[in-house]
Amino acid sequence: MSQVPSPAAGGTSEGRDLELTQLTKEFASFTAVKSLDLVVPQGSFFALLGPSGCGKTTTLRMVAGLEQPTSGTIALGGHDITRTKPYRRPINTVFQNYALFPHLTIFENVAFGLKRRGVKQTHPQVQEILQLTELTEQAAKKPAQLSGGQQQRVALARALINRPEVLLLDEPLGALDLKLRRAMQLELKRIQTEVGLTFVHVTHDQEEAMTMADTIAVMNAGVIEQMGSPAELYDNPRTTFVANFLGQSNLVGGKILGADGDSVVVDMQGTKVSVPRQRAHSTSGAGWVGIRPEKVLVAPQGEEIDAPGNHMRDAVIVDASFIGVSTQYVVKMPWGQEMLAFEQNTGRRGVMAPGTKVDVSWRPEFSFLLDASQDVGAGREDA
Amino acid sequence: MAATEVTETPAPVVAPDAGKRRSLTGYVLILPAAVWLGLFFVVPFYSLLANSLFDPNGSVLTGYKVTYHFANFWHALSDYHGPLLRSLWYAGVATAICLVIGYVLAYAIAMKAGRWKNVLLVLVVAPFFTSFLLRTLSWKLILGDNGWVVNTLQAVHVLGSNGRLLATPVAVIAGITYNFLPFMVLPIYASLEKVDGRLIEAAGDLYASPIRAFGKVTLPLSMPGVVGGTLLTFIPAAGDYINAALLGSPNQRMVGNVIQDLFTTTGDYAAAGALSVILMVIILALVVFYVRKSGTEELL
Amino acid sequence: MVSWIRRNIVLILGLLVLLYMYIPNAVVVLMSFNDSSKHRNLYRFQSFTWHNWTGLCDPSGLCHSVMISVWLGLLATLIATVIGTMGAFALVRHDFHGRGAMNMILFLPMASPEIVMGSSLLALFVASGFGGQLGFWTILIAHVMFCLSFVVVTVKSRLAGLDENLEQAAMDLYATPAQTFWRVTFPLVFPGVLGAALLSFSLSFDDFIITNLNAGQTVTFPMYIWGAAQRGVPMQVNVIGTMMLLISLVVVISGEVLSRRRAKMYAAA
Repeated sequence: MSQVPSPAAGGTSEGRDLELTQLTKEFASFTAVKSLDLVVPQGSFFALLGPSGCGKTTTLRMVAGLEQPTSGTIALGGHDITRTKPYRRPINTVFQNYALFPHLTIFENVAFGLKRRGVKQTHPQVQEILQLTELTEQAAKKPAQLSGGQQQRVALARALINRPEVLLLDEPLGALDLKLRRAMQLELKRIQTEVGLTFVHVTHDQEEAMTMADTIAVMNAGVIEQMGSPAELYDNPRTTFVANFLGQSNLVGGKILGADGDSVVVDMQGTKVSVPRQRAHSTSGAGWVGIRPEKVLVAPQGEEIDAPGNHMRDAVIVDASFIGVSTQYVVKMPWGQEMLAFEQNTGRRGVMAPGTKVDVSWRPEFSFLLDASQDVGAGREDA
Repeated sequence: MAATEVTETPAPVVAPDAGKRRSLTGYVLILPAAVWLGLFFVVPFYSLLANSLFDPNGSVLTGYKVTYHFANFWHALSDYHGPLLRSLWYAGVATAICLVIGYVLAYAIAMKAGRWKNVLLVLVVAPFFTSFLLRTLSWKLILGDNGWVVNTLQAVHVLGSNGRLLATPVAVIAGITYNFLPFMVLPIYASLEKVDGRLIEAAGDLYASPIRAFGKVTLPLSMPGVVGGTLLTFIPAAGDYINAALLGSPNQRMVGNVIQDLFTTTGDYAAAGALSVILMVIILALVVFYVRKSGTEELL
Repeated sequence: MVSWIRRNIVLILGLLVLLYMYIPNAVVVLMSFNDSSKHRNLYRFQSFTWHNWTGLCDPSGLCHSVMISVWLGLLATLIATVIGTMGAFALVRHDFHGRGAMNMILFLPMASPEIVMGSSLLALFVASGFGGQLGFWTILIAHVMFCLSFVVVTVKSRLAGLDENLEQAAMDLYATPAQTFWRVTFPLVFPGVLGAALLSFSLSFDDFIITNLNAGQTVTFPMYIWGAAQRGVPMQVNVIGTMMLLISLVVVISGEVLSRRRAKMYAAA
């Protein structure tokens, strides 16, 4: 769609990045955001991911100007906007529950921002954006007459029509059911690619963040734990929180023996396992060896496993759940810990029954090593 | 894997102090209302208190002096304890009747009226836009000595052949009940409306009979409305004198009649002030006691 | 039939209670057509006439008292609604010293017997030397005083139910604080303000006890009825009563229709 509005001022020039420097927000009883440093490159789809109360929404609201930072600065394209009023920032927000004006029609809702900035002829632009979001039929209706998905698109249209330099999305899909949410994820991604705006997306849903964002910043307790591409964060988490919050991880305690070439060797409950150096985030003392469940291979005792490297015997299957595309095993290791292993149902083998004695193995290059001073359960859902 | 399936409650977006700004604007906005209520509601109570401590030998013509004459209270109590107790008694009985029939009406509207809910609610309020006095005069007509109500009651021998309703406590209490009924219905309705219908279904699912479900679930949940309604009914009822004046006789004089007469006819400001203060204190004491007892302090 | 009654017993009883509430109104409507010219002191239906409707202002002082009550009602409503709405905004949206005390003081007039409020106000007027000037203005002061609490409570509850995100969304969409207020906040709070105004008017128009104590020589409509009740009430007052019922029904029902439409709008918000 070529008629899609391109970002306003500076849309084509480089360097309209959003830059947060030492941003801090303290409330009476707690600190919501602690000295946050962050650069969101222009045109990127950026996700702030974290559990509720981690400070991600407060960060977003400070960028929108709805909350005043206690200290630190917010700059857009090198221009300090920390104290700029929300209605003077070239930034728009898609609110969590959409915050559509109930007394105005869809058309009036969408035209609201243009009107406030004194645009006389709003009709063509509104029509255009309604077309883009497939809302033309709904223009005369009131928000309450629309479905959740339609309301979500109105909220998006209402923000996009202003051609903001940065679009903030505060859990924009949280109120939708799973199926609609999936569809809207793709839709949002498509629109972002088309209009080329900077999107900052706040969510607690790791799958949503991974589906949509180019870059994810994982936030916890007011600070960014790790930032990177979805694959980077998933494959090489730097903290137990990231390891557990983004997907699931098996974390096994061990003693770090030292570096050996490109690997770090760990004594893991009597077995010597190696971890690639760039994935070892601790080089001495105690550590957590982490491995994703789908990387853990399981086979009946004595059978060969296609995963040379970190190999353990005398494990027992204690639970097996068949879920169609894969089978999820809970495996009790010789030292008593239970590990998760996901096996694709390739048809090579049937489901192994609980009680089956098995060998467990994984390729060393898939594992990672974390500092043991961290809470092993951080970021877990049941935590 | 499971993260997307979990519908997490949204993070507390609004920070504890967000939206509440301590600024000059707040003071400017509240100022007119505060001044008005201060001058014409709070200060008058001091005047009333002063009145109750006037030298009883003064008069409107010679003027009054505050002499801290606490005996005014004893005199007021000994002279007028009859109307005072009668007021509390009439108001209590009327409130009890209001509670029963008001609850039925509120329950019918909140739980059984479906989409007619709002219409019925309007119909509850509408009759009260016709003047209070006019409606009370209508009751005088309805309960009149040769009206069909009295005639019917005489025919079935509830009343003697010369029996009457006017100028009896029955008429006064009936009038009070009628006039203050909406004050009972609306708060009860408001709290019944908030009761989640699924809770009642859950009670039924857990083997509670409809009556037990009502007693164990609906009634306790509507208690704030019941407490609010009884207070809003009892307080004006205890101070009312129109029903007693129009439907009763001097034998049904309530404390309101006495205070009104003392102020406007007799001009005995000291006694009138003392009696008003006594009434206010009794009502406040009853309210506090009642609210404590029913465990709904948050209403205060 | 019996089982139908059993199933709907609560609804039937409720409707009976509602019916009971209309008995006096029916009498008022009926009496507005009563010809009482033969027996002036007999307050009961004698024969049908249109005369009470056509000669509405015949009884001396009646229409004057209605006019006074209407003016009082309008002025008291205007003042109480404006300063009460401001107060509600202060209480919901702002923090200030004495906020708790203010909430309490606003609650108290609703929990005080009218006779006590009326007599204390009279005591104040007399003590401050205004005893001789009781009349329209003292009544107005009293009416604004007792309407205020109801306005604040009504607007407050409406305001508390207003999603603050809407105002933030407006600001986010380039609306200045003033534009946010007039384009978003006020239209959404307006039904509450309107309801408060209607309530104020009816409270003021109907008040007797407080008014009577502070009225001096001024006669409001309820005071006219009170005075007439001692001598024999002219049937025209029933016409006024009927008209008030009709007007209020029209106002309240049209308000209901409007709010029904609005309610639909809010349903999903």
